[in-house]
Amino acid sequence: MRRALPGLVVAIALLALWQTWVVAFDIPVYLVPSPLTVARTLVADAALLGRALWVTVQVTLLALAAAVLLGVAIAFAFVQSRWIEAALFPYVVLLQVTPIVAIAPLIIIWVQNPTLSLVICATIVALFPIIANTTLGLRSVDAGLADYFRLQRASRWQTLWRLRVPGALPYFFGGLRIASGLALIGAVVAEFVAGTGGTGTGLAYQILQAGYQLNIARMFAALTLIALTGVLLFVATDLVTRWALGGWHESERVGR
Amino acid sequence: MSAIELRAVEKTWENGVQALRPLDLRVERGEIVTLLGPSGCGKSSLLNIVAGLTEASAGDVSVGPDERIGFVFQQATLMPWARVAANVRLPLDLAGVARAEANARAAEALRRVGLGAFAEVWPRELSGGMQMRASIARALVTEPTLLLMDEPFGALDEITRNRLDDELLRVRREQQLTVLFVTHSIHEAVYLSDRVVVMAARPGRVVAEVAITTDEPRDDAFRVSTTFARHARDLQQALLAAARDADEALA
Repeated sequence: MRRALPGLVVAIALLALWQTWVVAFDIPVYLVPSPLTVARTLVADAALLGRALWVTVQVTLLALAAAVLLGVAIAFAFVQSRWIEAALFPYVVLLQVTPIVAIAPLIIIWVQNPTLSLVICATIVALFPIIANTTLGLRSVDAGLADYFRLQRASRWQTLWRLRVPGALPYFFGGLRIASGLALIGAVVAEFVAGTGGTGTGLAYQILQAGYQLNIARMFAALTLIALTGVLLFVATDLVTRWALGGWHESERVGR
Repeated sequence: MSAIELRAVEKTWENGVQALRPLDLRVERGEIVTLLGPSGCGKSSLLNIVAGLTEASAGDVSVGPDERIGFVFQQATLMPWARVAANVRLPLDLAGVARAEANARAAEALRRVGLGAFAEVWPRELSGGMQMRASIARALVTEPTLLLMDEPFGALDEITRNRLDDELLRVRREQQLTVLFVTHSIHEAVYLSDRVVVMAARPGRVVAEVAITTDEPRDDAFRVSTTFARHARDLQQALLAAARDADEALA
């Protein structure tokens, strides 16, 4: 609570400033709506925006889950064999550096199911940090402990499960934190692209529609929901990380 | 039957650097033998060869067939993600010992090194000395007959190190251990050893063997005795002579 307080103070101050500015200078609502107008719109359009939010959240969570499963599997394959890594890593990088807006139209054409196509796009965006961090983590084994496992004649499986995997957890969760934000970005961006094709009813689609109708207050309302979703995702990832690493890892120790 | 017998063992690294010149070493059962020398003399490499972590380039390495080896590293090398008891239990877990028995043996090993009350804390919550004790408990839990120790107390303050030296001697009395111990401390070598193997660097080689012969009990009085001082002086002279030879060879 104490840590949240400074942020809360700034938020209230900014909102108050915004409200005063809009009222004092009589800014038209089709340019910048006041925070109170946005709040009223949120309540008035609750049903519409709630449905849209649910669609976006679904796509985001499915994409994040897919990115975690795929990313971890690929990372495991990479550390099992340098050959596999050398063969596949360039393509992982290729996937990472190609802008999703450029690939999304193709995927949306190829994949019939609109939700699935959005999930695929968001997964591609969220995948890289999971692969990169988990691979690094699985490789960053304490040399002394590795020697110890060798001395005890630990099997390959025991070394993986008891040494590499626990050692990789802090790296993995670092990747997860980045990936959770990217999954949301991927979901929204893909839906923007798909939205022009007339499919999807997520928050991005609502923003597009509201834009066409110059319903700027609803745009802001949808934007607020996306931002809040991102914050909630971040907090949730943080909680999971703390639960998993609680106690033993340095990063979870300072100031808690 | 010796616990360890090395004949004409040598080690040359892949880059051509000679880490160890051919040497012979025999450690009898129940003996404490110390490898003493400056850094770079190959004493840790020699220990790793005995443990099987490093392969000798040539020569014969034989460790008694009935010996169970326990190894203690320079660092405690505990798993940070596991509590102390789970760390000590690790070798038993790896060997597939049943959980109940493993727990009992780990608790006993922790008690023996004075960490009975710390079974359920994280390694990072322990001081350096206590982490080392946990590491020793992990080595003792398999009931080894031969303990290989690579400068285990080198990173600790002198007071803690002296206390751990005492505990090592006590444990060794209790369960008839053979110990091969690496150190760069002359005083530690005199205090612990039945025999000290003095080594020199560049290339790594054995320059002298000094038996520490005394009937005095190894305790604080021994540390300030004339016997202790005499042995320490002998070892120091052997080390200095070796260093001088090396300097002359360079010049």
